Amino acid sequence: MKVTMQALVDFVYLEARLIDERRFPEWLDMFTEDAIYWMPLEWDQVEEKLTTSLLYEDKLLLRTRVERLEGARTFSQKPQSRCQHLLQMPQVDSMDSAANAYQTWTAFHYAETRFDEQQILAGWARHTLCVENDGLRIRKKRVDLVNCDAPFRNIQLFV
Amino acid sequence: MQNPAVNRIKNLQRPGEVHRDAYVAQDVFDLEMKHLFRNAWAYVGHASQIPNRSDYYATTVADQPILMVRHKDDTIHVMYNRCPHKGTQVVIDTKGNAGKFFRCPYHAWSFRTDGSLASVPLKRGYDNTDFEKSCAAKGMTSVAHIKNYRDFIFVKLNDAGPDFESFFGDSLSSLDNMIDRSPVGRLQVVGAPLRYLHHCNWKMLVENQTDTCHPMVAHESSAGTVKDIWEKEGGDGPRPMAVEVILPFMSSYEFFEGMGIRTWDNGHGHTGVHHSIHSDYSVAPGYEEQMQAAYGAEKAAAILGENRHNTIYFPNMMIKGPIQSLRLFKPIAADKTLVESWIFRLVDAPDILLERTAMYNRIINAPTSIVGHDDLEMYERAQSGLSSDGMQWVNVQRLYEDGEGTTPEATYNGTTEAQMRNQFRAWEKFMLMSMDGGVAP
Repeated sequence: MKVTMQALVDFVYLEARLIDERRFPEWLDMFTEDAIYWMPLEWDQVEEKLTTSLLYEDKLLLRTRVERLEGARTFSQKPQSRCQHLLQMPQVDSMDSAANAYQTWTAFHYAETRFDEQQILAGWARHTLCVENDGLRIRKKRVDLVNCDAPFRNIQLFV
Repeated sequence: MQNPAVNRIKNLQRPGEVHRDAYVAQDVFDLEMKHLFRNAWAYVGHASQIPNRSDYYATTVADQPILMVRHKDDTIHVMYNRCPHKGTQVVIDTKGNAGKFFRCPYHAWSFRTDGSLASVPLKRGYDNTDFEKSCAAKGMTSVAHIKNYRDFIFVKLNDAGPDFESFFGDSLSSLDNMIDRSPVGRLQVVGAPLRYLHHCNWKMLVENQTDTCHPMVAHESSAGTVKDIWEKEGGDGPRPMAVEVILPFMSSYEFFEGMGIRTWDNGHGHTGVHHSIHSDYSVAPGYEEQMQAAYGAEKAAAILGENRHNTIYFPNMMIKGPIQSLRLFKPIAADKTLVESWIFRLVDAPDILLERTAMYNRIINAPTSIVGHDDLEMYERAQSGLSSDGMQWVNVQRLYEDGEGTTPEATYNGTTEAQMRNQFRAWEKFMLMSMDGGVAP
């Protein structure tokens, strides 16, 4: 497939929509099998594995989250959380078809609610995308929260 | 006249039960700040957070702003983070280096790194005012009691209460074990702590650390789902590290019964006397050999053979020796607790151990952790439920035995609530010891 800037932008928008609409199995399929979803704990964090992060999830852990959200005894999801992403237009930082690597940078506001409590998070998502089986996939998603070092309440869905 | 606070506290317990006001009443919380948290030893931070002279770390102990700093002679000083002049917090960031002096940003009073007053601008304005006799002239106030135990810095704010050794007694064996797991006997703090805000009383979190009847129930949604997925995928072959970490949460009641619980005087205790959910982790290549070279075969085997699960250091700290993590359950209000989860590197040990430590921290302790979500839901439902007037007592009777608390140390079936009762005995003791009309220490 030929990767255009518009295709990359549309893909990042679609990802947010699938989360907001709780279409989690479809969302999971957007990730490669070796994908990593990373949310650092510290500002400008470089280290991935040898320090604490908020999230550093492989596909197995992401699959666990998705299954858990619908589980009969997932008490923290009774009632379920809802979320909404507001994305600034994704910017394409690099397109390297030879390396099959495409980078985007997207500023966002994210709201997650459950019962009467609403939490607003803001930050930037960096997607590393690739082409697999003739479609775009996420190889890595890095989410940096602007207040990454703040005390948080539960964050149960996907930023 | 009898101090009404004494009866207020004494009336919150009867055999096997604790009154809900211990968890929900703000007046009881205020008494905890004033008495319990000042009479007990509290952890401040780790020496590795301030490796160089004049490095500082600012934090809180109970409701007090506290500053820990490395002085020019390499000793660690702990003082109240408050300018003696008008009360301004001298340091506002959590860490940094003071240079030669701390300098208050309001009127430029400056202080040496032991807190003593170095200079005041326009000093002659204090001529003939008896300034030297004021408490301000003494500089920043040091806390009453400081102990550096193998790089772990503890303080006690009041003079009441036991000295460090009597307070902790043999419970220090858990801290020793965590430190000894480094071939050179040294730990280093790694990264920032996770910070997780709970709308519940701090004691619920502390009690949950030795509550072995909840994992297979409350964590069925997280650990149970990992188990299902792992089994669906065949469930054989080497377990990924994440599976190794989460799966033991689904262990049976019998497993947790056999784990055992040990209690010590003054509210300390731990789960995992005989084995624990940390016992079956895969071995890091080369690590055992390093430990044997450092300690000899026998001592190395003894250190690595301990797999204590959660050790409570009363009132509000928990460590996991085999994981090298430390959690502080910081009380903010009767219904508000900030949990900080810290991790350590075993100096000179293989990186794979730190990788597991970091993974454990984010999978189990983060505000983004599915295991954390399970727990927070239970605490906050309990905090809300306790507002019920229909029943005002919390039950902690499970596996009660006559004679509990009469020996400095005891071991029990791993599903007992004896450690919760142990904490509440200590709670009353440390609440009352500095009250007029309370019990003498």
